[in-house]
Amino acid sequence: MADIQNTVHKVAPAKPKNVRSHLLIAQLIVLLAVLPYLANLFGQPALVSLATRIIILAIAAASLNLIMGYAGLASFGHAAWYGLGGYVVGILYRHSVTGDPLFGLPIGSDQMLITVPAAILIAGLFAAIFGSLSLRTSGVQFIMITLAFAQMIFFFFVALKAYGGDDGLIIRRRNALPGLDTRDAMVWYWICLGVAILWYALLSRIVASRFGRILVGVRQSERRMAAMGVRTYPYKLVAFVIAGMGGGLAGALMANHMRFVSPDMLHWTQSGEFMFMVILGGAGTLLGPAFGAAVLIGLETVLAAWTEHWQVILGPILVLAILFTRGGLSGLVRLVRGGRDD
Amino acid sequence: MTDVLLQVEGLRKRFGGVAATDNLTLDVRAGEVHALIGPNGAGKTTFITQLMGELTPDAGSVRFAGQPLEGLDTAARVRLGIARTFQITQTLDEETAQANVALTIQAHQGHSFRFWKNAATDPSLNEPARRLLADAGLAARRNVQVRDMSHGEHKQLELAMALASEPRLLLLDEPMAGLGVSESRQMIDALKTLKGRIAILLVEHDMDAVFALADRISVLVYGKVIATGTAQEIQADPQVRAAYLGEGDA
Ligand SMILES: Nc1ncnc2c1ncn2[C@@H]1O[C@H](COP(=O)(O)OP(=O)(O)OP(=O)(O)O)[C@@H](O)[C@H]1O
Ligand SMILES: [Mg+2]
Repeated sequence: MADIQNTVHKVAPAKPKNVRSHLLIAQLIVLLAVLPYLANLFGQPALVSLATRIIILAIAAASLNLIMGYAGLASFGHAAWYGLGGYVVGILYRHSVTGDPLFGLPIGSDQMLITVPAAILIAGLFAAIFGSLSLRTSGVQFIMITLAFAQMIFFFFVALKAYGGDDGLIIRRRNALPGLDTRDAMVWYWICLGVAILWYALLSRIVASRFGRILVGVRQSERRMAAMGVRTYPYKLVAFVIAGMGGGLAGALMANHMRFVSPDMLHWTQSGEFMFMVILGGAGTLLGPAFGAAVLIGLETVLAAWTEHWQVILGPILVLAILFTRGGLSGLVRLVRGGRDD
Repeated sequence: MTDVLLQVEGLRKRFGGVAATDNLTLDVRAGEVHALIGPNGAGKTTFITQLMGELTPDAGSVRFAGQPLEGLDTAARVRLGIARTFQITQTLDEETAQANVALTIQAHQGHSFRFWKNAATDPSLNEPARRLLADAGLAARRNVQVRDMSHGEHKQLELAMALASEPRLLLLDEPMAGLGVSESRQMIDALKTLKGRIAILLVEHDMDAVFALADRISVLVYGKVIATGTAQEIQADPQVRAAYLGEGDA
């Protein structure tokens, strides 16, 4: 037995790195695709909803990772895009029900193919505006200004009584998608999984592209990038907008998932959670944020079921996890698998 | 007379009470190696920093190929054909040597708003990068992460990166500093192959390297050029002897 394990261990690193990681990803996708069946098999149908939530948050975390992990720009306002995406779905739904005009236009929809792209565009638009201002700063200033912008949006929706203010908006029915029953928990799970896979695939292309190489350079030395003749600001801005759009996408899905939006989605602690997912999973790695989201939400769920003081326990666990897994959980996975990513 | 490529006139920069650049006038001709020597703190690095547009001078003008550089940022100057190396090397330490050079080539090829094709396997980046690394004597080290490379290799890599943007003017800030004897020889040989093709402003304390490479030498003391001339002229200059060569490790 030990012998067999040894040979496996010795052979594995000899395989080219991309073959191994493609295999890992294929295994992961298959596992995720059959997860609803497994959940039912083990009599845990509630797991499907939990997994859906994790998948949606993993989309938001991966988007933050593009700027925070790859480009080294720690945005503390990622919840702004997530919440905006959610509110776009909520507001469009409300108008589709009441038939009231929005900005004088007969806008309103409960069609996912309309609401989700709208959420992505609106989040991207605001990310472009706020990003163009905040990216003129760097370091701690950048962290603070992104936080300040997100807080502005948070207080705006708290004050916006027309759309529920503090109480938020209830979405009675999940948005419709032609040919699919979004109200079926398993179908909804697969829809979210499909969207997440597409989003991760897109991000994997982006980070490996010329554009992605510039971002990684920005993280390591702005001064060197200038000496190469690169004006980094436009690249950072585009990355910021892509991240915002990903946040909006996740928010739109989450609003549908919960059938509810509220300023909670915009709260600074939500931004902090996204940052935690990125760091915990391994900043600047493709799958890190997904692991981070799974572990963070998993731990929260387990601990919350066990004690109401779960946050007191979660905090130290996170600190230890970050201290002792260099490069986050993906670093740990790499270590266990006996390969090196770089 | 060859054409003047870089023309600096009356450049001034003060840091509080220190005049780091004090009415500095100097030119670099196309294809020449112009060495800039001077004691520690004379203002050599500060001068290069201003030429690159990272620091704005208080007064004076810089023209490159006849064009005033005022108001242009570093990236714009690099695109005009000026490249530099750093006294304290600035590389992307988490990347391989080849990735560093390839990214410089990518920047030189135009904008990088290309989101789909894999850049790491792009032969239009990797092939020239390999060639430049081979020229710099780093052929065997191209897949090593920069943070694992030696000090001398960092200097060689920076030269390869500077050349990757196909500059007309190279600003080298102490390329020999900290190199061993054989590494210095290699660096001198590498720079000799550039002579005549690329103009070089060579800031250097190693006088053997300066005498081996320079067509002209300027001596900077307290931000002022006190003499410019050939090696013989500089060695014979009484002011230089008093201010620099006489008291130093020349
Ligand atoms: N950013 C700065 N702020 C204040 N003073 C500075 C700054 N940069 C340089 N100086 C001062 O300007 C003077 C010139 O410094 P500089 O680094 O240009 O000298 P140098 O000739 O390159 O010296 P070395 O041979 O040691 O590299 C020094 O007195 C230095 O202390
Ligand atoms: Mg210096």
